[in-house]
This record gives sequence, structure tokens and C-alpha cells, in this order.
Amino acid sequence: MTHPTPQGTRDILPDEMRELRRIESSLHELFEARGYGEVSTPAIEFWDVLARGDERIGSSAYRFFDPAGDLLALRSDMTIPIARLAADRLADAEPPFRLRYIGDAYRSVSPRRGQMREFRQIGIELIGAGGPDGTAEVIELLVAALDAIGLGRALVGLGDADLFRQLLDDLGVEGLARNRILDRLAAHDLVAIEAEAGDLAELGDADRDLIVQLSSLRGGPQVLDRAREIGGDAVARAISRLADTYRRLEELGVGDRVQLDLGLLRDLGYYTGAILEVYDPAVGQILGGGGRYDGLMGRFGRPLPAAGFALYLERVHIAQAEEERLQRERGRGSR
Amino acid sequence: VNAGGVQIAHRRQTDERLQLALPGGALLGGCLDLLDRAGLDTREIRGESRALVFDLGELVVITMRPSDVPTYVEAGAADLGITGKDVIDEQSDRAVYELADLGFGRCRMVLAAIEGDDSLETSARRLGFMRIATKYRRTAERYFERTGRQAEVIEVKGSVELAPLVGLADGIVDLVDTGRTMRENGLAEREQISVCTARLIANRVAHKIRVDEIDAMVERMREAASR
Repeated sequence: MTHPTPQGTRDILPDEMRELRRIESSLHELFEARGYGEVSTPAIEFWDVLARGDERIGSSAYRFFDPAGDLLALRSDMTIPIARLAADRLADAEPPFRLRYIGDAYRSVSPRRGQMREFRQIGIELIGAGGPDGTAEVIELLVAALDAIGLGRALVGLGDADLFRQLLDDLGVEGLARNRILDRLAAHDLVAIEAEAGDLAELGDADRDLIVQLSSLRGGPQVLDRAREIGGDAVARAISRLADTYRRLEELGVGDRVQLDLGLLRDLGYYTGAILEVYDPAVGQILGGGGRYDGLMGRFGRPLPAAGFALYLERVHIAQAEEERLQRERGRGSR
Repeated sequence: VNAGGVQIAHRRQTDERLQLALPGGALLGGCLDLLDRAGLDTREIRGESRALVFDLGELVVITMRPSDVPTYVEAGAADLGITGKDVIDEQSDRAVYELADLGFGRCRMVLAAIEGDDSLETSARRLGFMRIATKYRRTAERYFERTGRQAEVIEVKGSVELAPLVGLADGIVDLVDTGRTMRENGLAEREQISVCTARLIANRVAHKIRVDEIDAMVERMREAASR
């Protein structure tokens, strides 16, 4: 390679581009039909605008100075810029806002780990509609999006970012111990929670068992019954919102595409309540994610409940290619 | 598939059975004993075959270097894997779920230096940092950072014990089982960093969507491990 591109970036040639554009136009068509208008924001923002959205953005963002000496950063996702846009540009408009976007975002991840530093996201934001109805609208649209691009087997994992926060509060676990447990839950490091009794002495054996068991619960609606069975009132309170959302999803006819997952905790700072991840059986990585961020708009001076999702375009493309290949092989009678 | 650097594995065949990645070397015996106790037939793997992929009926076993297990599991080329905690710690940036401590293959990660030699302490005191040779670069760097000491970590691939003997390093960070190799080379343990056992890990997506199969297999292995 005589003239390399920077680490974690790449060129796209016509054959691949044609297929990526097909995915994009299927999704644009669907989102437009559902009333989600397209917006675009700059790839660069003032650093403090991004940090206002998520104070932990520090380590992952590309930062530099503009000629005036202001600190700038490349956006590391699309949600924060759109929250800024909705707060400032739509200040006089009546919510709810239904917005869609496609754009490149940048994270200084190690490309070794199977992520690009420049990656394309396509998604929607529903701003001004609370849960569970707003959450259910977003998830139903996500399922429709997966269907529209041929990923009829893909599932949406649905968890609740506040579940363990609330449960630990109820159990009287606070401060550093609480954060340590949440970190381990986010990494799904159950062995550490089970083993380090000394380190987590604040938790009794019974509570520790409860947390480990709860965080392994995932599947259909029976998960909620099981959680109430093992956890009693504190757990029933913590999962009531999840149960409401799931009921709405069943009414919308997408219950079977949603996998309830009490152990799902994404480590993005702004999530509150529902969190989403997208899985396809043909590939080993998450195709996208999202959730509720009811506190984010308030950080930009316009408190409104909000939810949304983003799909990683390249991963979706890989999943699509894999699903097509599997279908071909099955068609040939290899199974 | 390397689609622009996004490493996502796909299945070679439409085989829908669970794939389990096993580490070759010292942990393999313990893994096979565990599978036997879990009611799987491991005779083919124990045989003389040089195959890397084995059909155990209900699941497919693939064998590899211990340090490759997280790579295959993270990418989804294997749904489950068994490898040492030392490997998982060293590759802590791999997005895999650690599901169970299987208990066998117990080893210790230690800091060691030449018996009776004070160059670790002398280097730290007079030169401000220690030179440490290791195969576990990140584990060593984290340990010295955590304990507030400065160290130059020198990564080597082969016999680490050699490094202090010929003056490449003041000490080593390495995994010891009985400690015999170290003693025979005149090295003595100074500090224990961690205790490492075999762990069961899972691909994140497989864990999320193949719930019943994975939970059943994990339960069988936990149960077998506790016997």
C-alpha cells in the first residue's frame, strides 16, 4: 500500500457502494413514509456541545482546534448533535419531532477490535414522546426497518438502563460499590460478581444471587414472570416499565421480534429507561442499538422525553450478505 | 469476513449446532475431563487425529491456541469457548461474556526475580523504574500502574525466564503452575498478581439469541465443574 488511508478508515468501490445505497434507500423510503424527516448536522461540533450530551465522551473523540482557538471534535454519534438541533433549531416548533439521519461518526477505537474509526450510522430520533408509547413506536419502526432490508430473522434486545440502579437503591447499595456492580453488569462479568464476595461485602449472599440470576434472564415475556418470582416487590417495581413497553409491543404485533433482556446495560452515558440492541443470528456482532434518553434534551435547555435507534450500515450490509448466503445454501439442500 | 476492517465471522456451513472453542496445551486435558463429566464423548479429540474440528454430536468442538479462543468467540466463529483467566485478562478489550469459573487449570500470575538478587529494588530506587520481561504485557502494565510503580515492560514471546539471567530485565511477570521451571532457572517468586483458572466465555450475540441452548450447556458445564 503506497498511499494508505488513516487507521480505521477505508475506501468504498462501486460494487459495494451500490449495495450500501440500496440499504440506505430502502430505509429512507420507510422512514419517510412513517413521517420521519431527514436532517443533517456538521461532522464537527464544538467540543463542549458534545461533552454536554455525554461527559464521558473524552477518551473516544477526535479533537482539534479551529483557527479561532476553539476546541472542536468529530461527532462520535448522531444522537447528541440531533438533540442540539432539536433544542435550538426547532425551538418554536411543536413536538413531537420525528427525525431521521444518515451520517458518518468517529470514535478513536482500536480498529483491531473489529470496529472502524469512521463508521456510517442510519437511524431515527423520536423527540417529545415519552415511554412506553414512544418507546414502542421506535421499536416497531426498528423491526420494520430490519424487515425492509431482508433481516427478517433479526431480533431486538430490550432492557432497562435503570433497572439495576433502582434495584441497588432498593437494596441500599450506594456510592462506589453501586458503580462497581453496575460496571461489572455492563460488562456482563458475572464471575466477578459471584466470586468477589469480599470486594462487594455490601451485598448479602442472597442479593448477590438475585442480581446474578436477574442479569442472566433474557427471552420472551416469561422472563418478566420469572423475575417477579425470584425478586419479589423490589424487582416487580423495577421491571414495571419494561412490562408496559412489552405489552404495547405485543399490541403492535412485534412482540415475537423482541427479546427481553434484564442483563442488557449499554455503557453510554445518556440512556435512561429502555435500551435496545439489534442481533442477527448470522453474524457475531451487534448491528445497532438505541433506547430512551429522557434527560438528554434537558441538557440542551429543552427538556423533552426522547428515544431513537441507529443501525451500523456496514454491519447491516454484512448481515444481509450472510443471510442471503445461508438462504442459497439451504436452497441447495445442504441442510 | 474482513469487510473493511469490521471483523465479523460467519458460519462456513449452515450448521446450527453450538460451536465450542477449546484451548490446546495444558488446559485441554481439564476441558476434556469436564466435557466427559458433562456427558459428551471426547474420545475422538483424545485420539491421534490432527484435525482441528470435531463433531461431538450435540456440539462442534474447534481446537486452537489458548490465546486465540477470545478472538474466535468475540467474532462469533465460536459461540462458547474455554480459556485461562490469564488470557482473558490480557485481552480484556475483547467483547466477550465471561459466564463461569470452571475451577480447573489453576495457576498463578506472579512477579519473579533472580533468587537473592536485589536488582528489582535497586532499579526501582536508583533508576526510577524496573525492567520487566513478560508474555503478558497488558497484565504487567496494569499491575504496576495499580500498585503505583513505574516499569518498562518488555514483551517477549519465548522462555521469559531467560531475560533476567542475561540482563535483559530485572524481573519477569509470568504464569506459574508448580513453579519448577522458575526454580530451576534460579528465579524466586516476589509477588502474586492473581490466581487464574479456566473460564467459560460466550459470544455476546449468541448469548443473547440462543438463550435456551446456551443456558442449558452452561448449566451442564457448571454442574460438571462442581463435581
